[in-house]
Amino acid sequence: MMQRIVIRLLTMLVTLFGVAVVVFIVIRIAPGDPIAMMLPPGATDADIDRLRALYGLDKSLFEQFFIWFWGILQGDFGTSISLRQDVLGLVLERLPATLELSILALFIAVLFGGFLAIVGARERGTAIESGIDVINGAALSIPDFLWGLVLILFFGVLIPIFGITGRVSPRLDLPFDTQFYLFESILRLRFDLTKDLLSHLFMPALALALPLAAIIAQLLKQSLKEVLELDYIVLARVKGFSETQVILREALKNAALPTLTLIGVQFTFLIGGTVIIERLFSYEGLGNLAIDAVINRDLPLIQGIVLVFAMLFVLINLAVDLSYALLNPRLRHG
Amino acid sequence: MADIRRRYKKPNLRLWLAGGWIALALAAALLAPWIAPHDPLTQDLLYGRLPPFWIEGAEPGFWLGTDSLGRDLLSRLIHGARIAFMVAFAAAIAACLVGSTLGLVAGYFGGWADRIISRIVDIWMSFPPVLFAILLIAVLGTGLHSVIIAIAVIDWTRFCRVIRAEAMVQARMDYVESAHIAGFGRVKTMIDEVLPNVLPSIIALLSLEMGIAIIVEAILSFVNLSVATDDPTWGGIIAEGRLSIHQAWWVLVFPLVALFLTVLSFSQLGEGLKQRFDPVLR
Repeated sequence: MMQRIVIRLLTMLVTLFGVAVVVFIVIRIAPGDPIAMMLPPGATDADIDRLRALYGLDKSLFEQFFIWFWGILQGDFGTSISLRQDVLGLVLERLPATLELSILALFIAVLFGGFLAIVGARERGTAIESGIDVINGAALSIPDFLWGLVLILFFGVLIPIFGITGRVSPRLDLPFDTQFYLFESILRLRFDLTKDLLSHLFMPALALALPLAAIIAQLLKQSLKEVLELDYIVLARVKGFSETQVILREALKNAALPTLTLIGVQFTFLIGGTVIIERLFSYEGLGNLAIDAVINRDLPLIQGIVLVFAMLFVLINLAVDLSYALLNPRLRHG
Repeated sequence: MADIRRRYKKPNLRLWLAGGWIALALAAALLAPWIAPHDPLTQDLLYGRLPPFWIEGAEPGFWLGTDSLGRDLLSRLIHGARIAFMVAFAAAIAACLVGSTLGLVAGYFGGWADRIISRIVDIWMSFPPVLFAILLIAVLGTGLHSVIIAIAVIDWTRFCRVIRAEAMVQARMDYVESAHIAGFGRVKTMIDEVLPNVLPSIIALLSLEMGIAIIVEAILSFVNLSVATDDPTWGGIIAEGRLSIHQAWWVLVFPLVALFLTVLSFSQLGEGLKQRFDPVLR
């Protein structure tokens, strides 16, 4: 077990190093001189050379990479060109908003998907199951961008009950010390703020959650149906458990494992989806910052955001692998 | 047999509806300068935010109403279809050519070719598409050509994976063996014999990819990373509609409907064509 974790951590470091190399190379081959972009028009050649030396751009590419990589290891991600602020600071300021959005979306997806899967497995072979299949198909074939627009139309305009712009109502006073607004509002027992935050979070989170909910519902229903054919389930039925009890107490435990792995992979896609969904709902998270960075061609900022996203993805995969090992008895004892 | 035939009768209606909408939209895109009732860029603030024809306050001639700058929505949608279809065809065909060729080679030849290509696909797909797109657009700069290149560079793996698997199955079949015995070379067998048999899948994927490309273009033009000029795009109109949603919902609804129908039609068309071409089902 221990050995497995160590190997997994090492491969994680190798992956991150690989991502860093790719990002470095891609950004360096970008057409356009980053120095020329930083200087005002009319700068002399001497100015350019001085700045080039300041940023270490006069050294070989190989040396540049290690200077850059050493800086990253120490938390120096450079300075944003468009915002003239420390990149790491900017990214860390926005990351909590994106995390709250993605985790809530994941929660909704698991809740919706799990519910549909259990109902579908219980009512297998009936019209209810076919109905669930149709809903799944529709949720899957429509991307989150379109879901977001549909939700904006229905719950922002037609029946305006949810916030569709921003993270929180602008008129509210925020007493927060961290950027984890939702989490902190609960800790401070300011449930009025929690309510406002959730009302703004719900629409973007739902748009992100729907496609994932459909995938979860599909896979979990399939696994449940397979497990429900097994002998130990028959035994549970003989013991007099109702079908719902059989599913919740006995089948779910064993059917959940494949879904868990899938959720891990899909969660990284969901986080990728926040980029566009945050923009759609004017939600001030990392994704929204990423789009501004691309529009302004702010290469240091893009570099920082991509690295932080990559780190997040690698950590999620690690967490899924480890929890899989903990939950699967064959691996736990092996 | 009759049973099976009846079962596959229904997709034909789907096929006709989907194909009909795409033909209509494509014709509108091609003929845009002649059929659009107004110039899509002409602003007239006196005619700002006119509602569509069935709502009181509409002006004759502006069928779907106008946006906040008084530009005719129908004309903007028709012109926006041009960019949507241009990206759909160029990006999907580019992704298809690269992906299908590599997939065919990997699946048919197997061995080291398969190992190398499969490895590249694995690495490629482990990179989340959104980050990939951000990096690519940042490097290539905004503009239509960047959008097309980015879609092709990211999505060729979709073709490669499926076609590889299908070519692998085909390569083990008797007809390939007999082609060899008949003295056909390996490459000739691959192109003349295996390719026609995986073509239905390629066409289905191609149609699906066109739908994906249209969505991606709409997203990128929504965030202002697609066309640099002020040519109307569906994503751009959606962005305007999003801003004036409380005053003029139609500016958001109509491009959304157009996007929906087009994307849905491409995926239905792909499914339908696949069944149509599939010798087993035919």
